[in-house]
This record gives sequence, C-alpha cells and structure tokens, in this order.
Amino acid sequence: MKKLLILGAGTSGTMMANHLVKKLPKKEWNITIVDQYKTHYYQPGFLFLPFDIYSEEQVKKVGNKFIPKGVNYVQKKIEQIFPEENKVQLEDETLQYDILIVATGCKIAPQETEGMKGENWHKNIFDFYTYEGSLALRNKLRDWKGGKMVVHFTEMPIKCPVAPLEFVFLADSYFTKKGMRDKVDLTYVTPLGGAFTKPKATAALGHLMKEKNISVITDFNIERVDNDKNQIVDYGESTVDYDLLVTVPTNMGDEVIERSGMGDDLNFIPTHKHTLQSMDHENVFVIGDATNVPASKAGSVAHFASETLTDNILLFIDGKPLKEEFDGHANCFIETGKNKALLIDFNYEYEPLEGTFPIAGIGPLRLLKESIFNHWGKLAFRWIYWNMLLKGIPIPMVSRNMSLKGKNIN
Amino acid sequence: MDLNIAGIRLDVTEDGYLTDVSQWNEEIATEIAKTEGIELTDKHWEVIAWIQEQVKNEVALSIRGIKKSGFISIKEFYALFPGGPLKVSTKIAGVPKPKSCI
Repeated sequence: MKKLLILGAGTSGTMMANHLVKKLPKKEWNITIVDQYKTHYYQPGFLFLPFDIYSEEQVKKVGNKFIPKGVNYVQKKIEQIFPEENKVQLEDETLQYDILIVATGCKIAPQETEGMKGENWHKNIFDFYTYEGSLALRNKLRDWKGGKMVVHFTEMPIKCPVAPLEFVFLADSYFTKKGMRDKVDLTYVTPLGGAFTKPKATAALGHLMKEKNISVITDFNIERVDNDKNQIVDYGESTVDYDLLVTVPTNMGDEVIERSGMGDDLNFIPTHKHTLQSMDHENVFVIGDATNVPASKAGSVAHFASETLTDNILLFIDGKPLKEEFDGHANCFIETGKNKALLIDFNYEYEPLEGTFPIAGIGPLRLLKESIFNHWGKLAFRWIYWNMLLKGIPIPMVSRNMSLKGKNIN
Repeated sequence: MDLNIAGIRLDVTEDGYLTDVSQWNEEIATEIAKTEGIELTDKHWEVIAWIQEQVKNEVALSIRGIKKSGFISIKEFYALFPGGPLKVSTKIAGVPKPKSCI
C-alpha cells in the first residue's frame, strides 16, 4: 500500500483530501490527513464577527465532518517533518509517506513586534485573524464609546491582504449605523505606499478613504508598540496614537516548518509557483498559505491551486512531467461597507481589472466596482465554502486559471 | 508612461517606477536619486545591488528582509533613503515598489 500524507486539515488540506480520494485507487493508496485541532474555522468570517454581522456558530464547525470517507483522519500535533527520510513525527507516532502534501497554513505572530503581545493584548490592542481575537474585539466594540481607532498591518505578506481595508470600511459603517461615527476617528496605517497600490484599483477606489472620512498613513514600518503612551512607533521614529488598535501582526508559516528546517525566515516553504512541487524535495508538494509563491494567501487561490495540484500528483505518480499550469489566480470579494462589496479577479501576471464576471459582458457581477450583488456574493460564499469548496466541487464557470474574457485590458 | 532622464527615454509607471529593469543603469539611478534629494554613496549602491538581487530571485522586499540580511541596520537604511525607504530605494534601483494585490 502506498501512502499519501496531508499535513493540515484547514481549507487546502481538506480540499486535497476530497480531490484525491476520488482519484487515487483505494487498493493502491492510503490517504491520511493530520491536524492537531478539532475545529475548522471559516476564516473569512472573522472579519464579520467583530461587527456582529456573523455569530460564533457561523464561523466554525467540527473539522472531521469534511474529511471524506476513505481518508484516515488523525487529530494529533505534528512535531517534525523529515523529508530526507520520507517520514513525519507526530506527538506519539511516526508516519511514513510516499507523497507528502504540506498544507499547514500560516498564522499571526504578534510576538515578532516588540510590545504588541504585551499587557494590552486583547485589551486595547486586537487582532481579527483568530477566533479568540475577533471575539474579544466584538465584545470590546459592543460597549466602546468612541475615540481614536487605528487599523494597521505590520508587513507583507499577510493572508487576505484586503482584510485590513475591509475592516476599516466595515468599521465606518458600524459606527455610522450606531449613530456614533462622529465620536470615532478612523485611521488606516500601512507599510505600503498607499491604501491601494495597483494603478487600476487606485483609479477605481482611491476616493473611498476620503469619502468615508478615514485618514491614511503610508510607508509606516512598525518597530514597536508603546503600551504606556498607546502609540505605534516606526523605524523612522514616526508615531501614531490610538485608543483602540486593530492590527494584523506579522504572518508566519507554522512552527513545525521551522522545526523541520524546511522554510524561509517567515517559515514559508520554497515552492514552484506553477507546479506546486517543493523546490527541495520532489515527493513533497505544498499548497495554500504554507507556500512562498508570490500569489495572494487566500482561500480562492488555494481552491484554484488544488485543481492543478491534483492533476500534478497523478502525473507524478505516473512518472510523467508536471504541468506548469498554476497562474496564481485569485478571486476575492472585498467588503466596502454599507452593504456593498467589490469583486476582484487577478493572477501573477494581471492586476485586478474592471470588467464583468463570470460571464463576459453579462456578469452578473462587476469587477472592481461596488455593488450590492457583490456584497450578497460575499455573504453567500459562506454556504459555497462549506458545501462546495471544501468538498472539492468545482465552481461553475470559474476556471482554475484566470480568464481574460470580459475584462477591460486597455 | 514616458520619462526623460539625462536625454534617455524611459518607460515608467504613473508614479515614476521603471517598468523595464533592462533600461536601468547607474546614470539613471543617480538622476532618479537626485529627484528624491539623495546623492548616492557606496553604501547606497550596496543596498541597490541587494534590492535588485532580491527582485531577480522573486523574493518580496521588506524591512524584515533588510534587517535579516545583516549588511545594514534599519536606522541606517532610513538615513540613506529618507521618506519611505522601501518606496524610495526601489524607485532608484529601477524595480517595482512593494505592492499588495490591490
């Protein structure tokens, strides 16, 4: 019996389990998936939890419910990967493999910034990238009487790079709805050169910050958080005061990658950007947030990658050359507040362009334009995630590679 | 977009970044640096070379990366390229500025 081992049962791992159980002959292949946690979170829901748009139950489910029959599910901590020996050490057993898929994701590392995870963590400094963080922030916002709210992210890459923008737009709506927008001073702080960094997006959306009365501070490279003065300080000695700081800390790959000596200094694994094969070990493949490929870290990217990766695993098994097919395709909804959202569709080569999606000329969704349809799309996506995406069911009319049809390329 | 530096026509983005790194040379870098109010020293050239190497290897540029490289402190990096050091140094080095997806 040959063994295919998947590390991580988050979005990517679960999708790969569902894809491969349909493709690998049961009599020849044993598929095992390992994750230390019982709960599977719908991470896009963490954006809505602080604003009481989603409830706790809507963002989590028991993970093994989504692992298909025919795949062995092991709930244990992964201690170390030994790629030279084709084995993985769990907390109390060792698993050998013929093929390894690493889907261990990435998470926030607030301890990487001095003062961030200090006495004020989850008191007046919050993340919304964890269940605990979003919940603590929700509870804080329910009673918050106003003041200076700073929405910030530390450095790139972060998963879901648009989430800090979405957060500040939703905050503007939330406080407006509560009749207290005039009591809140909203500032968006970014290490990049602008709130929007791509030309088409800047042209289409640049006005949103001013319209919503959100100040923007750019080129801010945070060095430390001063918990006494309640300010963030950058390497150039600029400071930004806050009463409530909502920050996205440094994102890093799981510590098991560091323990195994397989990653870069952010614990992301060097991966071929078109085949998804590890650059260091030919029988190791990497998918989702755990890779170092220059695609966005997003669920949609993992979904598109999973289709190519499934084909490449089969080619690898047959000793055939891998397809250099994955194009970094991402398709993401962006909440802009007041029941509107944008949709962007892009890949390694093309920035988000205006146009219609998925059907050229007809849509019904518009790219890079705010609409209520897009907002409904974002909310409906939760159903699609649990019922289609995780199960490896393809999304109709949305191909793995980005299509230029319906896009304005001028 | 076109830009004229020292009599040479360059392809640039709307905010002045070279879109074709093969058009870059040291004279152009010196002129771009002048527009940023910077006179390039040996240390500047070291940083520029490092940045170009990272971009060639498709490694995303970051303050962390510069700190980890060890050949310059962040305080020094800020002193060499004031006013948003990543933004300024990439413009002079003829590479794209650090970006997000949108």
